[in-house]
Amino acid sequence: MADHKYEKWIQKDDAIIDGIDVSGEWNKMYEPREIMNYDLTYMDKITDLDGGESMGWCYQCAQCIGVCPVDNVGSYGPRKIYRNLQTGQNLFEHPDLWLCTTCSNCLRVCPKEVDMMKIMPAAREQAVLDGNVPAELQDMLQNVAEYGNPMGESARKRVRWLRKFDEPVRDLSKEENPQPVDVLWYVSDYFSFHGRGNDAAKSMVRVFNRLGVDFGILGKEEKCDGDSQRLVGETGLFEELAEHNGAQFEKYEHNKLVVSDPHAYNAFKNFYPKVTNKEYNVQHYTQFLAEQIDDLTTLMKQPYPKKVTFHDPCYLGRHNGEYNAPRTLINAIPGIDFMEMFRCKEQGYCCGGGGGGMWLDGLVADHTSERLSENRVKEAIEVGAEVLAVCCPYEVSRFEDAVKSTNNDGKLEVIDIIEILDYCIDNGDGS
Amino acid sequence: MKIIVLLKQVPDLVEDLEVDASGKTLDTDDIKFKLNEYDDHALEEAILLKESGAVDEIIAMAVDGDGTDKMLFTAIAKGADGAVKLTGGNPADSHQLGKAFSNVLASESYDMIFTGVQSVDDRDGQLGPIIGSYLRMPCVSVVSGVKVSGDTAVIHKEYSGGMMGEFEVDLPAVLGIQAAKQSPRYAPVSKIRQVQETMSVIEASMGDLGFGSRSSVASMAPPEKGAGSKMLEDVEALIDVLKDKGVI
Repeated sequence: MADHKYEKWIQKDDAIIDGIDVSGEWNKMYEPREIMNYDLTYMDKITDLDGGESMGWCYQCAQCIGVCPVDNVGSYGPRKIYRNLQTGQNLFEHPDLWLCTTCSNCLRVCPKEVDMMKIMPAAREQAVLDGNVPAELQDMLQNVAEYGNPMGESARKRVRWLRKFDEPVRDLSKEENPQPVDVLWYVSDYFSFHGRGNDAAKSMVRVFNRLGVDFGILGKEEKCDGDSQRLVGETGLFEELAEHNGAQFEKYEHNKLVVSDPHAYNAFKNFYPKVTNKEYNVQHYTQFLAEQIDDLTTLMKQPYPKKVTFHDPCYLGRHNGEYNAPRTLINAIPGIDFMEMFRCKEQGYCCGGGGGGMWLDGLVADHTSERLSENRVKEAIEVGAEVLAVCCPYEVSRFEDAVKSTNNDGKLEVIDIIEILDYCIDNGDGS
Repeated sequence: MKIIVLLKQVPDLVEDLEVDASGKTLDTDDIKFKLNEYDDHALEEAILLKESGAVDEIIAMAVDGDGTDKMLFTAIAKGADGAVKLTGGNPADSHQLGKAFSNVLASESYDMIFTGVQSVDDRDGQLGPIIGSYLRMPCVSVVSGVKVSGDTAVIHKEYSGGMMGEFEVDLPAVLGIQAAKQSPRYAPVSKIRQVQETMSVIEASMGDLGFGSRSSVASMAPPEKGAGSKMLEDVEALIDVLKDKGVI
């Protein structure tokens, strides 16, 4: 090996690289010396956490980097987090702790099953307990803890969208002796408090009523589902919300829980049972309506002759494997010209709102070249769509903002699937 | 070094406030109460002093009522070492509240008493001075900075117009805190729950409040609404209005 062409500059008597002393004979590179010299304090702290174990399984193949939505607009991903931990980075106090949107695309491709959906909440919980929470996220947690919604609005205002709305809706919290309902509809925060969410909520009511669905809502007794709070590490708050909402589901007799929000779907299906010891018969609204596609098809008379694409919500798709229900609804829309984006279904691109990203816009902006939602609306325009259909309450506000911030105002309409169904049945709100 | 922080619950403005049938007080049926914002800053400033090593112990103190226990447990979860709630009365104003706290504080040891500079329900701002008067110790209000050295503290007091005064105060003293050095921290729910399970709030009788309330509310009403506003389309419309009004 003495005449190896790199021999002269590999072999150095005195060499310190990245603070690590690698001086000496060239063949020392075969000894496991470098790795042992790193400070593994924080790597050990992560892998010792309940849920953090799989961080240590990474073997640096980097498949995650190719699919990580944050790496697409910055430098991130599980492989890099592992490597930084390996070189002594304190993840608990590093911005990287908050950039993961828990979209689950890395886990899909990871041969070692390094699970950021467990690692991130576990590591973030430590940061939350130590008081290391980004200010914008702290405001959200404070609001949810005090008022039961991230907007910091009064619980009584949760049903304000029903004012001057003449469709029948049973608010079970206002009934003296509430009779059972077939469907208990969990409206969710953004449908209840956000202006554009209100539009979708009203559409949902009209579609339910035209289908003759026997449904009721929890009104002021509904609180945030808590899934995003769980994912940012506020475990105690999640448990408190699960106990509260779980008690409401017990209180009001129903056959089926139908939710507007994939995050609520994920929480009620996969995580509430661990807190309440009850299983929930829960469906996302697209699943519930897809089962009634024949009736819906009969009702939809008004054509919707537009070029439409669809954004898969991470928490309906990758997290819970539902890709067909929304497409069943979209394909039944009369006159629609539907096209998929390049990154769709299992490979769908994240909107950036999950895992607390909804309330970390400032922090994320400091570490990425553009918002994930901006990247996504550009893709929708690139495939030739004039409408971006969504079915997660976070997304209308995220993507509408992104359309404006990328100077595409007027080129792409963002609309919930339920609003299109409502338009085709009832011509929307009549306008 | 020990600080006692006095906390008070006030109506949360997230709800629309309504005057009750008597026309003299708020309709409390649908009111939600929360910790007075300035008291939250007083607590935060105390915790920051403790974290800096200047203070050893913080006790949170409040009058008993709906939600008081949770408020005090939250204070402990943030960094207080213990909590006391005052029972056996319902102070009607700052004077009675000051008397109630003073009765209990008379048998406590402390180096500083922190209160919020005022509470958002009465905007009275007199609690600190009243307690200072009862317990014969100095009081500084509108405080935005505290440094402790030995038996004295150096206090920064804000004045209107952007003026700032620096005071050296003999301890013990009462301070009305305007703002802590950082925003009040968030208390994780799991920490609050842990505190609820492992600690208890000590009860203390507030004793004789001395006299009846010396002020009473004659009437309470929401501010009268103005004539409203009109959004104008363009500058020409504005000029027309100004001409109409005879301004130009």
